[in-house]
Amino acid sequence: MQPDGRLKVKFWGTRGSIPVAMTSAEVRRKLISALTRASGRKLETPDQAAAFLDRELDFAGSHTFGGNSSCVEIITGQRDYVLCDLGSGARVFGNEVLTTRGPSGQRFHAFMSHTHWDHIMGFPFFMPAYAAGNHIRIYGCHADLEEAFRGQHAAPSFPVDFSRLSATIEFVRLEPEREYEIAGLRVRPKLQRHGGDSYGYRFQGGDKVVVYSTDAEHKQDDLTEIKAFAEFFRDADLVIFDSQYSLAEATSIKEDWGHSSNVVGLELCQMAHAKCLCLYHHEPVSDDERIAALLAETRRLEEITRSDRRVEILAAYDGMEIAL
Amino acid sequence: MDLRPKRYVDTVVLSPVGRIDHSTSEDFKITLAPHMTRCAEGQDRVILDFASVEYISSVGLRVLMLASKQAKSQRGSLGIAALQPAVREIFDISRFTMVLDVFPSVREGLARLSPKALAAFDAA
Repeated sequence: MQPDGRLKVKFWGTRGSIPVAMTSAEVRRKLISALTRASGRKLETPDQAAAFLDRELDFAGSHTFGGNSSCVEIITGQRDYVLCDLGSGARVFGNEVLTTRGPSGQRFHAFMSHTHWDHIMGFPFFMPAYAAGNHIRIYGCHADLEEAFRGQHAAPSFPVDFSRLSATIEFVRLEPEREYEIAGLRVRPKLQRHGGDSYGYRFQGGDKVVVYSTDAEHKQDDLTEIKAFAEFFRDADLVIFDSQYSLAEATSIKEDWGHSSNVVGLELCQMAHAKCLCLYHHEPVSDDERIAALLAETRRLEEITRSDRRVEILAAYDGMEIAL
Repeated sequence: MDLRPKRYVDTVVLSPVGRIDHSTSEDFKITLAPHMTRCAEGQDRVILDFASVEYISSVGLRVLMLASKQAKSQRGSLGIAALQPAVREIFDISRFTMVLDVFPSVREGLARLSPKALAAFDAA
């Protein structure tokens, strides 16, 4: 926990399937829009400009949701680092650790939803893995967890073989539905519906609960499964949820592709009395405006379907921090 | 669930009532099934009059998606009509308005699906 007993969550990669980057045309479009809105304003200092961005422009007009693939940090306030997935966001996280804590002497605990490429691709660029004195434990429920990591370092995919990484790296196999105490957190994995299987994780630190549930498809007519997930999300302070597809896509042309929707995420959170739903694993085709619209629509859906409890709705972006 | 079927020549209008969610969707699916069996080329066209549906959850929308797939595979015609404003928003947000044939009213649905049925509807 933090010194005040609270957990924090920081998103280092929020994009689904493949990393994306804003194009120069998109940057230019944002600038033109912002400068047009700023016409006639007195913006002579950085503070004035920042205040204008914060007060006058919406998120998509002044920021970007970002494009790194899955990587989320759970900040407990203890010395060890806790991560969910090692997508391309792990590269940025690793560089931040080098800058702030130095090259070695760190301990990392990474919980893997599964080993599809977008969830492991950051590891070859995770600089702490190259430094002796760092200790990295990679947890997961898949039998081929280690093989997947070693495989992406091997020729012809990558020039530096896994055996040349200087950090101490361990792979730890977990069993779903069993509770573990790791890095000061109670952790319980759960099997999810996804090609080759994926696993969600329920983390509890003190009285705060974070659920990381990405790359999971939900069949709404399987009531047993729906109830099991509602129980997995029960009373969570934050549910990080795969909302890559619309419900229509997930039940038609993209059925059995292994992802879910904002609508199902909200329904599960409402059933579970979860406090906050964070839309995650954004569709790579979606631009900032589209993700912002998805957020607004989900908030509206929450309003019109609310019973007695409100669910806060957020959309994750690279760099976003949430204090629980 | 009583769908209160009404026939207009070659088109059956079904009118569910209330909420279609986890507690009612299976009943809705079962009651709808025989109508969807006949929703085929040379047989019936089906319109679901949603004027009395207050809410539909993802599981209810899934029933509609499966019904739509069945109709298409049988070269039949299925339309959803007269959504209440909140239900219309749920359809929009879930993008079901992009994959199902949704009409502002039963009459407009009949006009698209069957002129003969429309004439019978207007004469009724």
